[in-house]
Amino acid sequence: MSVLPLARYRVLDFGTAWAGAMVGLILAHLGAEVIRIESRERIDGMRLGWPGKGAPPEPEFNAHFHVLNPNKLSITANMKQPEGVTLIKELVKECDVVTDNFTPGVLERVGLDYESLRAVKPDIILVSIPAAGNYGPLKDVRTYASTLGALAGIEGLVGYPGERVLSLGGGYADTNGGVHGAMAILVALLHRNRMGEGQFVDLSQWEATTSLLVGPIMEYIMNGRNQAPQGNLSPTMVPYNNYACKGEDTWVSIAVYSDEEWQGLCRAMGEPAWTKEERFSDKYSRLKNRQALDELIAAWTSNLTHYEATEVLQRAGVAAAPLLNVDERHDDPHFRERQLYIDMEHPRTGVEPVFDIPWKLSGTPGAMRRHSPLLGEHNEYVFTELLGLSKGEVARLTEAKALY
Amino acid sequence: MQERTLEGIKVVECAEMVAGPYCGKLLSDLGAEVTKVEAPCGDPARRRGPFRGDLPDAEGSALFLYLNTNKLGVTLNLENKKGRRLLGELVRETDILIADWPPSESERLSLSYEIFSAANPRLVITSITPFGQTGLHRDYRAYPLNTFHGGGEGYLLPGGKQNLEREPVRGAGFLTEYDSGLCAAVATLGALFCARLTGRGQQIDVSKQEAAMALSRVDIARYRWDGVVESRAIRGARPGNSIRCLDGYVQIHCPGDHQWRALLEAMGNPGWAADPKYGDRASRVKHVEEINARIEEWSTELTTREVARRVQAKGCPAAPYNTIADLLQDEHLKYRGFFAQAEHPRAGKLTYPTVPYRLSLTPPDCPRPAPLLGQHNQLILGARLGHSTRQLLQLSQAGVI
Repeated sequence: MSVLPLARYRVLDFGTAWAGAMVGLILAHLGAEVIRIESRERIDGMRLGWPGKGAPPEPEFNAHFHVLNPNKLSITANMKQPEGVTLIKELVKECDVVTDNFTPGVLERVGLDYESLRAVKPDIILVSIPAAGNYGPLKDVRTYASTLGALAGIEGLVGYPGERVLSLGGGYADTNGGVHGAMAILVALLHRNRMGEGQFVDLSQWEATTSLLVGPIMEYIMNGRNQAPQGNLSPTMVPYNNYACKGEDTWVSIAVYSDEEWQGLCRAMGEPAWTKEERFSDKYSRLKNRQALDELIAAWTSNLTHYEATEVLQRAGVAAAPLLNVDERHDDPHFRERQLYIDMEHPRTGVEPVFDIPWKLSGTPGAMRRHSPLLGEHNEYVFTELLGLSKGEVARLTEAKALY
Repeated sequence: MQERTLEGIKVVECAEMVAGPYCGKLLSDLGAEVTKVEAPCGDPARRRGPFRGDLPDAEGSALFLYLNTNKLGVTLNLENKKGRRLLGELVRETDILIADWPPSESERLSLSYEIFSAANPRLVITSITPFGQTGLHRDYRAYPLNTFHGGGEGYLLPGGKQNLEREPVRGAGFLTEYDSGLCAAVATLGALFCARLTGRGQQIDVSKQEAAMALSRVDIARYRWDGVVESRAIRGARPGNSIRCLDGYVQIHCPGDHQWRALLEAMGNPGWAADPKYGDRASRVKHVEEINARIEEWSTELTTREVARRVQAKGCPAAPYNTIADLLQDEHLKYRGFFAQAEHPRAGKLTYPTVPYRLSLTPPDCPRPAPLLGQHNQLILGARLGHSTRQLLQLSQAGVI
């Protein structure tokens, strides 16, 4: 029998943008019924905007939204209308978890803070994941993933040794914060199952990213060294770098730890004479002459494609992998075998490949169940079936823009 | 003492370095009893450092100490048949096994899910490997450099660099390894919910490459829309990315026209900005290098904190590039109690980062230090599995433990 892990749980999801959507995505993948609370009063920016080139300015065409929201439901309930808030509270009574990534204070202003939720559902769990957490002097900081990454210390560690600091530049700090958010919800649910009590959980996306910088943090704690960008350098491994291959901007990563692997690398390269030179004769010497070694290896890789180099090296027992551009991230033969993308039919945009769940559970395969929801697609299910409102009442609330 | 969330859950961890042990740590810090199984030579993380005063010490590697708090430690040589049998005994009594054996190794040593689950149907096995348990590359070797760059994000770093002749670089530390460990912990807790419903365990297959890719799923999706194969010259090529100041760098993000105007206002509306070629976002991206040079004419007279403060005040996201030293002194993180101290018998008092979530009912407490190599052989292999001290001595002399 195939049972999804969270099949018995319902989540009310105020999450927006990337971080908020990622939290609900993971819970939905695990089988929870995740209901997005949305409103035409203020449409999630991710439904609109980029990549809007050629797409109509409507909320159903954004590919970003479509890969972050499959398996979820959507309702439109307007928090600016008292009746909208009342309906949300009615719904909270039917839920196990509420989650949001608003800036601190938003839920409180409309009367949906933890204490108010607890008054209607005593064991409710509220997991709130603003950029810098709900308290502390910088709680109101305005961020995108890039500025959040800067605050968290991760952006400042990217670049070449001894040169100016560059950046990560992508959405890492957002989506990473979302995975931590899902973890926090699972922990709170386990606690509730055990002790029968819900709770408020405060998560800082900033800390979610900083908590992964253990090495640089411990280096500072232990020895007072404030790390700067290090390129690809490793203190214990050589060669340890990316090497240019045949073709424009294609690269293979090669990593060697042991003498055995070094011998494998030499074999793969056809035992050129330079590998026997004194300056590369042992690991200590190779660490000292890293740059010269890198140039010689690059001269060899430049005659191979990144996939060819990988294959030859792996056969010789050397850790190597091609660097994948976005095209190859779709078409890599390994991913095809693992069925990494699921074709989902979306009612407005047709079939789209959606990146699957990043783990495979042998007991519950194929957990991708439905396309990302249209705005308000599940109003009828939620308000009539779940809350038992009459069709007439729903029509009235829609007219009054409480459901909007 | 307060009851912990995962109290009573038993975990066996056969994993080295970062990814698997981080998964185990997330569970042990929540109260699970995690028994870490090390080869008699110890987890390589013990040799990785950093070490206090740069003095190598198998019991003093900060990476190991952080990743293994609250765990018990035993040694087992799995190359040895008796060692594998002892592991079998251990796993029969456990809820979760975290393993980072590549598929070919599991087969060679007969450490398969089928065998373990036949003896213990409730068992959840969480496998964490570079490329997963199936597919063309399942037995490819990889170190953290390969898994980071194999995830695709590495191809695009450093962002904002126009010179494609130079090699892509990795993110700081062991990023993809931590991503994989967290992903595995989430999936493992999921499987625990299942096991409670059905009484059955299952195998979880976590590919590090895919754990990394999952975080950039949005960038992957965008490609289908615009067909643009992003490169390092495109990634991060925008006004405000990596702006030099008097004492460091700031990140300013102003994709919207209103944010661009806010930035200009913070700079005192300089005359150059009136040029119509800076009038819309696409055109600003085209002229990103000259714009950033102009911004730096202003910012290099000011500190990072002052630049970030002035730009934020006008309504545009901006932040200093915090260094590690900045983070450890940061008032916001201090206020929130993000860093915690713990005492280790050999390494002394250490400051660790904690988890990013604060559960109001279960605040983090002071962690028990990471185990010394083989510290709990007597407790686990002896008392728990019922082997006498004399048998343990013989096993030790035979190189099994």
